This record gives sequence, structure tokens and C-alpha cells, in this order.
Amino acid sequence: MDTPATLTFSKLACSKGGRLLFKDVDCTLAAGHWLYIAGANGVGKTSLLRMVCGLAPVEAGQILWNHTPIGAQHDSYRQDLCYLGHLNALQESMSVQENLMFTSALGGIALDVQKAKSVLERFGLRGRSQQLVRHLSQGQKRRVALSRLALSTARLWVLDEPYVAMDEAGIQMLSDLIATHLDHGGLAVLTSHQRVPVGTHTAQLLELKAP
Amino acid sequence: MTPTPNILGAGSVMLAVLKREVALGLRQKGEVLTPLVFFMVIASLFPLGVGAESGLLLRMAPGVLWVSALLAAMLSLQRMFATDYADGSLEQMVLSPTPLGLLVLAKALAHFLLSGVPLVLMAPVLGLQFGLDSRALGILMLTLLLGTPTLSLIGSIGAALTLGVRGAGVLLSLLILPLYIPVLIFGAGAVEADAAGLGFGGHVSLLSALLVLSLFFSPFATAAALRISLE
Repeated sequence: MDTPATLTFSKLACSKGGRLLFKDVDCTLAAGHWLYIAGANGVGKTSLLRMVCGLAPVEAGQILWNHTPIGAQHDSYRQDLCYLGHLNALQESMSVQENLMFTSALGGIALDVQKAKSVLERFGLRGRSQQLVRHLSQGQKRRVALSRLALSTARLWVLDEPYVAMDEAGIQMLSDLIATHLDHGGLAVLTSHQRVPVGTHTAQLLELKAP
Repeated sequence: MTPTPNILGAGSVMLAVLKREVALGLRQKGEVLTPLVFFMVIASLFPLGVGAESGLLLRMAPGVLWVSALLAAMLSLQRMFATDYADGSLEQMVLSPTPLGLLVLAKALAHFLLSGVPLVLMAPVLGLQFGLDSRALGILMLTLLLGTPTLSLIGSIGAALTLGVRGAGVLLSLLILPLYIPVLIFGAGAVEADAAGLGFGGHVSLLSALLVLSLFFSPFATAAALRISLE
């Protein structure tokens, strides 16, 4: 568990609907670093992230986690992985707290009410824990989804456009959260259209281009 | 920063899924009540349609009640994964360290609790309309109790396969109804067999066997179907 982790892409390619999105993507990310995936709309950023998570199959090339293909170590890899997609994974007719407790339970983390409250407070959602998610604004929903990260014990964070709909304070908070994660030897892969500094950590840039 | 959290076992995660589904079902009462009202209406239409001849109704009763229950259970199947698919919760379930098959099993169990159990409880009331005696009602309830979880489990495969497909409702019935046939035959046949003096033990054993089989195989199939739907 304590050996430094690495994430490697080797000759990765992806096609969608018969169209090649990108090919020959090579990259190695070491513990304590974060990968910033840039590229124009439709270049395959989300597809790449879904491949990293194992949600989409890797058609060509390989994704290695600690030098082993992710397909060969599903169970242990999922313990190391925390994914935040475009969708917030929040059930609209449940309260903020219920949602947070459920999603962390899915991640295998037991959470008591007190802890849930303090995490939500940290994310600027004080007094909202009993509110139904459907009554929250877009940015607040994103904050609830992100609060999952603060509880996660995963070493690899895969974040798809995490800064969308966030206000300035939220952006700062998320950057601090990622920086702390990196300081603890974690890894992060994220896409974003804004260039956001993450603490003192410089990003490793991966620019996707259509072939 | 993070204190060592308690890691949950697979059982606790399944329980969390089950609790959430049941809580959601109780909150969205309409979605739970609609299939039950449907069950009641369909079963009540038959006496009106075929006439009130008691001998005929008595012979038809188990079959009619079983078919109505089967259709009612199918009504709510489509929603089993649909909202989780739409809001992204399903992605988190697939990525959970807990095996997806177990989470799916918890969801199917919740479906049984919300749609199967109320059907079992309502069946004797409707059975009285058809003039079934208490013994027949007891057998009917027992077969429904053994049969409806199988319907939920098999149904989960169909619900997963038709996820995100347009016109999913009709496709789902076409996929699932043929698989429901054995359950229907042994479920409805039990009352008749008992009335004919053959005993209902054989039918109940076969229903139990179907339940065990679907308990074992359907989570695998559903999990595989969900992964394909998410690609």
C-alpha cells in the first residue's frame, strides 16, 4: 500500500463511432504528481478518463497501474480509484447527507453523521445537510459531489471538469484539496478548460490532438 | 489529514444500497403504488369480462392472479437502474470496490420488497373475489412469495440490457416475458395441482429451484449487462 504508485499510458488510442480520436498517447505519472489533460472539445478527454477508470474498454495500447494492466487487477485497482465524472452521482430526491453517506459507502467508507456534517461544512454547505439535492444550485451540487474526495482513501483521483460551475472560493478549495492529496503521495488526473494552479505542484501536461 | 476510516465490508455496502432503494421507494409513493393498483385493476377486470360464473372464476383464479402479478412486477422494472444511470450513480456503483453483482443483488432484493411483497399481501384479498378457499389462498401466497423474487432477479437482467435504449419498456417486456414462463407455469399450477389432489410440493420445489438458480446467475448477467450499457 505504501509503495509509491505510478500510472502509465502506453501507445494508447481511442476511436468513437469509427473515428479515431487520438493515438499513440504515452505518459507516465508518478506519485505526488498530477496530470492535466488539455485539448479542444471532442478530442477525447472524457473518453480517455473513462478508459483510465475502466468504464470504457481500452481498444489499443495499455493503461498500467503500478506496472500492471488495469484490466488484470480490477478489484485492487478500484480500491485505489476515485472518479468524479460529468455527472454528480447525486440522487435528487435524497438529502445532501444521505447522498454523501451513500456514495462514500459505495467507496467502502463508513461515515457517521457527525463526520458527514463536518465535511459538508468544510465545503461551504453548512446547514444544508438535510436539504434535498434537487433544491440546490448547480455549484452546490458540484460541491456535494466533490466532498466525496475529502473522504476518499483512493490514491488515484480521476476528475472530469471538476471546476465546472464552481465559484472562486470553490475553485480555491478544490485546488487546496488536490494539493493536499498530492502532498500525501496521491495522483490526480484531471481535465479542465481553465488553467488552475494546484498548490506548488506543477502540472504534467498531456495535450490530446486529433491525428 | 484523513483519520483512518472504517472500511466497510461487502455486506454493509449491500445493506446501504438496500436501505437507499427502500427509502427512495417509500418517498416516491406513486411509483410503488402504481403497479399495485394495476394488479388490482387487471385482476378485477377478469370477473367483469368473463362473467360471474363461480366455477369458471374459481378455475381461472390462480392463473389470472399470477399473470396480473407478473405484469405488475414488470411495470416497475424499467426504473430499476434508469435514474442511477441518468444521474451517474451507476458509474460509481460499477467503480465501487464492492463487486457489482452484490450491489445488483441488493437492488433486486429492494425491488422484491417494494413490488413483490405488497403483491403477495394483496393476492388473498383479490383471491377472495374469485371465491378461492383459505387453503388455495395460502398456496397462492406461498407460490407468489417464492416466485416474485425470481421475477425481480430475472427482470434486473432485462432492465440492465435495455438501459438507455429508446422504447425500453416494450423491449424489456419482449426480452423478459419468455423468461418468466417457467415461473408462471409452476406458480399458477400449484393451486390447481393441489385441488386435483396431486399436492403442491413439486411445484413449490421447482419454484424454489428457479429462485436459487436466478439468485446465483442473474447478478452476474445483470452486472455484465450494466458494464456494456455504460461503455
